[in-house]
Amino acid sequence: MNATNNSFPLAVEMKGIVKRFPGVLANDHVDFELRVGEIHALLGENGAGKSTLMNILAGLYKQDAGIIKVKGKRLEFSSPRDAIKAGIGMVHQHFMLVPSQTVTENILLGLDEPRFLMRLSEYDKKIADLGDSYGLKVDPRAKIWQLSVGEQQRVELLKMLYRGADVLVMDEPTAVLAPQEIEVLFDTLRSMAAQGKSVIFISHKLHEVSSIADRVSVLRRGKATASGEPAKGVTKQQLASMMVGREVVLFVDRKPKQAGNVILDVKDVHAENDKGLPALRGLSLNVRAGEIVGIAGVAGNGQIELSQVIAGMRKCKQGDVTLNGEKVSNRDTLYGIEHGMSYVPEDRTHVGSSPNLSVTDNVIMKNYRKAPISKGSLLDMNAASKFAQQLKEAYDIIVPTVNTPVRLLSGGNLQRVILAREISGTPNFMVAVQPTRGLDVGAIEGVHRLLLTQREADAAVLLISEELEELLALSDRVYVIYEGKIMGEVQVGVGEPDERLLEAIGLMMTGTSLEQIQNEGVAAHG
Amino acid sequence: MDPIVILQAGVASGTVLLFAALGEVFAERSGVLNLGVEGMMLIGAMTAFSTTIATGNPWIGVLAAMIAAGLLSQIHAFIAVTLQADQVVSGLALTMVGAGISLVLGEGLSKAGTVSLLPNFSIPWLSALPVLGPIFFTKQSILVYLGYLMTPLAWYYINHTRPGLHLRAVGEYPAAADALGINVFRLRYAYIFVGGALAGLAGATISLAVAPGWFSELTTGGQGWIAVGLVIFAQWDPIRAAIGSYAFGALRRLILDIQAPLLLFGVDNPFYYNPYFSFFLQMLPYAFTVIVLVIGSREAVRKRLGAPAALGEPYIRGERGK
Ligand SMILES: Nc1ncnc2c1ncn2[C@@H]1O[C@H](COP(=O)(O)OP(=O)(O)O)[C@@H](O)[C@H]1O
Ligand SMILES: [Mg+2]
Repeated sequence: MNATNNSFPLAVEMKGIVKRFPGVLANDHVDFELRVGEIHALLGENGAGKSTLMNILAGLYKQDAGIIKVKGKRLEFSSPRDAIKAGIGMVHQHFMLVPSQTVTENILLGLDEPRFLMRLSEYDKKIADLGDSYGLKVDPRAKIWQLSVGEQQRVELLKMLYRGADVLVMDEPTAVLAPQEIEVLFDTLRSMAAQGKSVIFISHKLHEVSSIADRVSVLRRGKATASGEPAKGVTKQQLASMMVGREVVLFVDRKPKQAGNVILDVKDVHAENDKGLPALRGLSLNVRAGEIVGIAGVAGNGQIELSQVIAGMRKCKQGDVTLNGEKVSNRDTLYGIEHGMSYVPEDRTHVGSSPNLSVTDNVIMKNYRKAPISKGSLLDMNAASKFAQQLKEAYDIIVPTVNTPVRLLSGGNLQRVILAREISGTPNFMVAVQPTRGLDVGAIEGVHRLLLTQREADAAVLLISEELEELLALSDRVYVIYEGKIMGEVQVGVGEPDERLLEAIGLMMTGTSLEQIQNEGVAAHG
Repeated sequence: MDPIVILQAGVASGTVLLFAALGEVFAERSGVLNLGVEGMMLIGAMTAFSTTIATGNPWIGVLAAMIAAGLLSQIHAFIAVTLQADQVVSGLALTMVGAGISLVLGEGLSKAGTVSLLPNFSIPWLSALPVLGPIFFTKQSILVYLGYLMTPLAWYYINHTRPGLHLRAVGEYPAAADALGINVFRLRYAYIFVGGALAGLAGATISLAVAPGWFSELTTGGQGWIAVGLVIFAQWDPIRAAIGSYAFGALRRLILDIQAPLLLFGVDNPFYYNPYFSFFLQMLPYAFTVIVLVIGSREAVRKRLGAPAALGEPYIRGERGK
């Protein structure tokens, strides 16, 4: 189908959409058009308002102003049910699936049919057939928690297809997938578009747009900076500047460097997640002085638990973690800190900082025990303010005064507060979890620079991230984690990573070990 | 001391716990912790007794008890669901409100004399079964039989019906239910009402069947708390809640009986001659409840026990994360 043809009928038309949240104008008079049978990318940085716009279309939020037309008819949605009735189905960034229920139960949730008794086996069959017809294979009787993220995404799609949706909104669907799974998803989306469904594909990754979209719209700070441009007609550079509002160089200057002694040594670590299920199963790795080591993996494969075990915040059932030769696992966090540990947790607002305390209070949380801030059993608040003031300037923290509570800071500034605190303790090891998630491009650059400075200063850095590009740009070595085990380790050179490396990492992210890949590679070549 | 008699009485007294626990299972399965069970039971017991005196019809008493306690529970619903406040605090307050109201309105009821009670009868054929017959099916209150019916129905409703599916979804992941057009707020109000009405029924079971009369706060004597503990112990499952309720009923009964001036195994009953022993025994169910509640208040433990994932968390539409 040639959906870029102007005469194509419109599936959805949104005009002049305005949505305000306390303190933010999330959508500012946005116009958006979706044609029947097209794949339309909605591009924008984190916080640009993409999810908000689509939540309005899905009936989850109510717009403050503006109109929505579906197939030419003006509609008011007061709940998601109305939107679903109009044929609009949204797959949210955070999956909306009940983990303890089966695939079929999740799909039937909220429907009028069956009326009272749930004879699930009949529906299991129906759902399996529906899945087959779109190439979405998944076991209808499996419980959601047993499924991989990719499978859960398929359940979300099936849920919408089962409801007869012909407009599918996918909110950052690739964020949780390994490269190979992304290819499978793209194939599915293409085949759905070919069957007459219209797809809105939300992303903040430029390269995805050209490979999947017919047309693209761009949001920046709530405003549309491009509306329905043919995807073939724009370059990545143009898209980037529409997204960010200025020219960007997505370039990290990492110079080759010789790594030193082993600083962090993780040996055969086993640990459980919050539910008491095994999260780490015999995981080993090490980080040397002066190198950044990345952990790649699809979300939920034990990354968080690993960082917590290292930081001393989760019990290690077996094995141990040594830092500078000292065992730090299963000890209190202070012991680790005293031996050079610094920790940038995933949850900035509750673990990394204390939202209602001031910038000063937050930055002295590690060194308040020592002079000059500690004076006998008292705190010298003047010294503390002075220290905070120094960090504010050194780390470009944009805040009216250091007495401002950190909950009022933007994500990028808050992350700088945390990094300032962690780095100012001159650690020789840092574990950073998703340090750039949700930040805008400028703030990301800043965080990357700080991590590289740590490397220059001969500290060891363990970087856990779901952004493969970030990992490859910053890391000297990358371990790939899958279901709590390391699938393999790869060296990353400086400059553009090669295709083979990417492919190997992708395979490991879905559970193939490096040895298997190499063996098969040998078999294929020999 | 005839064990059959103790078990028979235990089933009757366990029925009180059963209704209260089933009600709390429904509320908690929808994601709302209601610690006001004791207060709602008191309201139920008082309302049932006074309405029966006034009308002469115990069935009207039962109905009035369920409605009164159900209405009281809606205070908790408003605070916990609409105002999104802390459910523990609100539930505790509800207990005090329920106790206060029932003590004031029940003033003088204890001297009211006799009322017509709910019928007791035996089930033909089933009562002839060995052991089970006399324990479960002989001269029990009609409410005891209602309890037998209600347990499997509650289990089936939760696990195998469409409304049950919605109930579970709302308690596990309200955002998912909401995204599919299920009205999370309305369902939570409804199941809090169900919880209240069943607590009211539990109260009516005391004052009109198991231990007839109104004895101010001693009428329930903390059984509401035991019911709350039982729900955790039963891992939010109606069948397990029933087993636990009957076991506790029997235990309560045993503790009462053991204080009689008997010979136990040929020696003088130490519990009769030394009241401290029996105080200790009487304490046991409550000590159990305290322990279960303390353990169950740890989130990690709750997760392991399979608590509804959203239990105790107010639902705010459009809240980020998770
Ligand atoms: N429920 C909400 N309450 C308050 N602010 C919100 C809410 N949802 C989104 N926002 C704010 O609106 C802006 C746009 O967010 P969002 O639409 O999620 O962006 P995107 O999906 O493009 O990353 C952000 O500044 C965000 O913080
Ligand atoms: Mg978003």
